[in-house]
Amino acid sequence: MSVILEARNIVRDYHVPGSLLKKAKTVHAVKGVSFTVEKGKTLAIVGESGCGKSTLGRILTLIDPATSGDLLIEGKKIDIAKGDMTPEMRRKVQIVFQNPYGSLNPRQKIGDILTEPLVINTDTPADERRDRAMTLLKKVGLEEKHYNRYPHMFSGGQRQRIAIARALMLNPKLLVLDEPVSALDLSVQAQVLNLLADLQDELQLTYVFISHDLSVVRYIADEVMVMYFGEAVEYGSRDEVFADPKHSYTKTLFAATPRADVESIRARLARKKAA
Amino acid sequence: MALLEIENLVVEFETASGPFRAVNGVSMKVHEGEVLAIVGESGSGKSVSMLAAMGLLPWTAKVTADKLTFNGRDLLSMPASERRKIIGKDIAMIFQEPVASLNPCFTVGFQIEEVLRVHLGLDKAARRKRAIELFEAVGIPDPADRLGSYPHQMSGGQCQRVMIAIAIACNPKLLIADEPTTALDVTIQKQILDLLMKLQADHGMGLIMITHNMGVVAETADRVVVQYKGRKMEEADVLTLFENPKSNYTRALLAALPDNATGDRLPTISELFVDDQVEGAAR
Repeated sequence: MSVILEARNIVRDYHVPGSLLKKAKTVHAVKGVSFTVEKGKTLAIVGESGCGKSTLGRILTLIDPATSGDLLIEGKKIDIAKGDMTPEMRRKVQIVFQNPYGSLNPRQKIGDILTEPLVINTDTPADERRDRAMTLLKKVGLEEKHYNRYPHMFSGGQRQRIAIARALMLNPKLLVLDEPVSALDLSVQAQVLNLLADLQDELQLTYVFISHDLSVVRYIADEVMVMYFGEAVEYGSRDEVFADPKHSYTKTLFAATPRADVESIRARLARKKAA
Repeated sequence: MALLEIENLVVEFETASGPFRAVNGVSMKVHEGEVLAIVGESGSGKSVSMLAAMGLLPWTAKVTADKLTFNGRDLLSMPASERRKIIGKDIAMIFQEPVASLNPCFTVGFQIEEVLRVHLGLDKAARRKRAIELFEAVGIPDPADRLGSYPHQMSGGQCQRVMIAIAIACNPKLLIADEPTTALDVTIQKQILDLLMKLQADHGMGLIMITHNMGVVAETADRVVVQYKGRKMEEADVLTLFENPKSNYTRALLAALPDNATGDRLPTISELFVDDQVEGAAR
């Protein structure tokens, strides 16, 4: 198995400038995180808001530079702070954002949204761009007639499909999914998760799946990393982490997740009666 | 006697393409000291039916019902001034987005004291004392200091606690919680749910939990109403619903939970449930 993504000791600090009355301070958002992801596998990053998981996602997507540490994609070291990025390197990683209502430009048609990555990163002629957009529309379960519509004409689940299609336009190796289903209803969530699983099988994609929903993580992940205040407190295969959580925060997280099985309901009703 | 009784509630909105029925003949009852969960996807009319009961819908909405009573008093025929005395005092609501539903221009202390002033007519010192008590009850640290904070200075979980404190300020008989934990992390969600259940048990309130999260339902409810496209699909006590769901829609909803996944694929609701009017009309 080849390693697609390797992170070594990634650190990200944000400097908050001081003013007349406030001292400048430094926020350590990510404090030295290391991991590797193999081709065709899914790494899930779990944690609560403010733990640095989205910051890490932005670093992996080459949007923000890391303060220190090495990021290797397909064995090649990449440092966007140096500014020597080629379009080929950019193409390897794409991202799907959390809120499909905010991540699609309301004034662009779906066709323009889909072809824009090709316009920016390649010199593909217009008719090929259009063909590729049509193919991907069908692949994510939409139809060709949707090409000329605007985002407001679609439901949340359909918009997330469009965002996924856009991310796939450049044939990336790695897809960073930043809470892709947390804004969706349960039934739509199942459809989008199935779509992601199908695409992974078909295109041999590698996923970094950022989420705070453990039931989704258990379903989709091969490996799980739990983050807490910028540190990776737990990292291992899904079965290891779920069967035997080591860190106290992971245990808290498991205990806090609501259970929807019949035995738990029975136990709760019994407790209530006793009280 | 039931606390809140709704029979055949219909809510229609006038749109450019004719009237749209958001709620289509829903009936339910909530008793004192009972936790009722209303489950459904977005657009199932679960929030709208509760807003209609509170009288909080805009004038463009057409609300009709065979019966809509609180404590035996008809809410529909009651003059607005009478209704305002009940809403916020005996029936209180916790809204979905805690940060957005607090007024950013006033301190949280002012907003909680406003309720105490309008509904209970307490004087300044008594209001402050009660506000501190309430903040302690919902677990906000340094309550006296936090009264002077603005909503933007608090986290999402803290704001939700303030919303709960405002809602329980007048010891309501019925509390309606509209997706109280949707915007929150699981650890905070657990704290807020525990808090709501404790308050409900302590005061013997009726509690309506509106949610789309089956886990939240399993952890809190006594009885469950399942809604789909403005219609009531099923009503059952919580154990029966999870063990032996009657309606096809409920079965599909439970199967779509990632916890229940067997194999590689999740069953989706559209695969398992065919939306025909007959199924809905049967109940």
